[in-house]
Amino acid sequence: MELLNNLAVGFEAALTWTNLVYCFIGVFLGTLIGVLPGLGPTATIAMLLPITFTLPPVSALIMLAGIYYGSQYGGSTTAILVNLPGEAASVVTTLDGYQMARQGRAGVALATAAIGSFFAGTVATVIIAFFAPPLAEIGLMFGAAEYFSLMVLGLVAAIVLARGSLLHALGMVVLGLLLGLIGTDVNSGALRFTFDNPRLADGISFVVVAMGMFGLGEIIRNLEHEATRTMVTSKIESLIPTREDVRRMIAPILRGTAIGSVLGILPGSGSILGAFAAYSVEKKVSKYSAEFGKGAIEGVAAPESANNAGAQTSFIPMLTLGIPSNPVMALMIGAMIIQGIQPGPAVIDEQPDLFWGVIVSMWIGNLFLVILNLPLIGLWVRIVTVPYHLLYPAILAFAAVGVFSLNNTEFDVLLLALFGVLGYVFAKLDCEPAPMLLGFILGPMMEEYLRRALLLSRGDPMTFIERPISAGLLACAVVAIIIAFLPAISRKREEVFQED
Amino acid sequence: MSIRNPKDFWAGLIYVVLGLAAVYIAQDYEMGTATRMGPGYFPTLLGGFLALIGVVSLVRSFYVPGEPVGALALKATLLICGATLLFGLMLRGAGMIVSMIVMLLISSYASVRFRLVPAVLLAVGITAFCALVFVRGLGVPMPLVGSWFGG
Repeated sequence: MELLNNLAVGFEAALTWTNLVYCFIGVFLGTLIGVLPGLGPTATIAMLLPITFTLPPVSALIMLAGIYYGSQYGGSTTAILVNLPGEAASVVTTLDGYQMARQGRAGVALATAAIGSFFAGTVATVIIAFFAPPLAEIGLMFGAAEYFSLMVLGLVAAIVLARGSLLHALGMVVLGLLLGLIGTDVNSGALRFTFDNPRLADGISFVVVAMGMFGLGEIIRNLEHEATRTMVTSKIESLIPTREDVRRMIAPILRGTAIGSVLGILPGSGSILGAFAAYSVEKKVSKYSAEFGKGAIEGVAAPESANNAGAQTSFIPMLTLGIPSNPVMALMIGAMIIQGIQPGPAVIDEQPDLFWGVIVSMWIGNLFLVILNLPLIGLWVRIVTVPYHLLYPAILAFAAVGVFSLNNTEFDVLLLALFGVLGYVFAKLDCEPAPMLLGFILGPMMEEYLRRALLLSRGDPMTFIERPISAGLLACAVVAIIIAFLPAISRKREEVFQED
Repeated sequence: MSIRNPKDFWAGLIYVVLGLAAVYIAQDYEMGTATRMGPGYFPTLLGGFLALIGVVSLVRSFYVPGEPVGALALKATLLICGATLLFGLMLRGAGMIVSMIVMLLISSYASVRFRLVPAVLLAVGITAFCALVFVRGLGVPMPLVGSWFGG
């Protein structure tokens, strides 16, 4: 019954008019950017973060969360209608979704995506409500050594699950950790890597890094391929699935939800991996596997449920332990810190209205998405056709103003330009920016916990192995590394990310 | 010996340079001991590790083949990041209105579909929106007209 009490607290917090409005703005903006190819949730949240500083913490987090799962939803709309994945997680949906659209069944595909997403969202909300409190309780028992080991595990998982080369994911994490150290050392007060520039004394804001690497870097990458982009929109006939459609989508939705929920918790590209994994599983187990790639409804239902479930369960490590599992969660943690909330296991007890409010708002947000988006499809289709050369200058303007407003200094704008160049160069070298941002956020925390753990153990590094929970976490990290390097698995890993 | 994986080679080189630079700079900070880590301890550790990863990547680039890096979009990079840089540099002097219009015009030129009249209209429109919503509405303290124009 405690669960019901907790959810009641959440409904009370989420059902105020203000928070409903922010939830709505969040999912609306999220869908909008999900629909717009070339503008992802990380860049958008980084862009909007400065605006949320003035909001109360609950409203701010509700809105930011809405942007994230809303974008997963919007990404699938364009995947189905114009064969353009608005989000990385929607790449798989293009395979069968667009084929369905070409057969005149775009409406049914959209409805399937909506039903699957809503079901997955509901289940994921319950999963969070169920598993978050016990996890937070475990988190409260953690000391410095456990936290350090947990972060090591988190970063290892982010490396193993990153797209592309393992070595470069590792390199990017370490580079991120180093960049995170720029500024004043909290313990000694020493200025590190500031090059005698007082503007760097407080370190580089993660918003600048995220905006530059994801926002500007992405613009340059899109401009590279600008000429090859084509737009063919499909018409929407009926939205209502037939009885046969409904029968065929049930099992894939259930399996997709399960796969997505589990993979979403893992650090790295959880929700993307979930969608890919759900599609390949479905292709193997389905009676209709011959139809896959030619417009099978299962090929839309499973990945769409999985990416929505994953987008939501990825909040679990962030809400309960204060550990981000992907760049969006890293931004949310940054948002909480700026609001004066120290993310971690204590949040659930100290700010129950915030914790449960955000969780319940996810379910409400999913409801908004279903109710609003089907009628609004006409609007989204028109937005997809906005040409990119009219769009990116606006992104650039918002990025520059947003970055400036962080500390009201133009120095951050200059850094933005620098990270834009870095983001593009690294993208060209197949070095993903996501692990770097995770390292960047975790860098100062890791140093602090390492320092504290070694202080308590009088400099003996064995403390990480002698304490059972810490040892268990490190063992998981080692196992993850070994598995990733097994030849059979590493080949499989490449396949999962490249099914197209 | 020839480079068989240019992406690995260049990424490795960047890691080695940045890693060694971090170690070198960190020598100015107090190292401390494992029990009492000084500000130089963690950076030295990380910098060394990054350089090591870089070396592995460099060595691997001579053995394991990979794709070429491909042409760099120099024009787009220069225009987009240069325009942003210019905005930051001009903001105080020229003011937000002029600097933003300059930034938007320069960055618009990066597109293959650039046409002067629509680009000017777009730049003016976005600038007006930002000035009204962010500066006037949300109170972002940017000077609309800069010191060069007596603002």
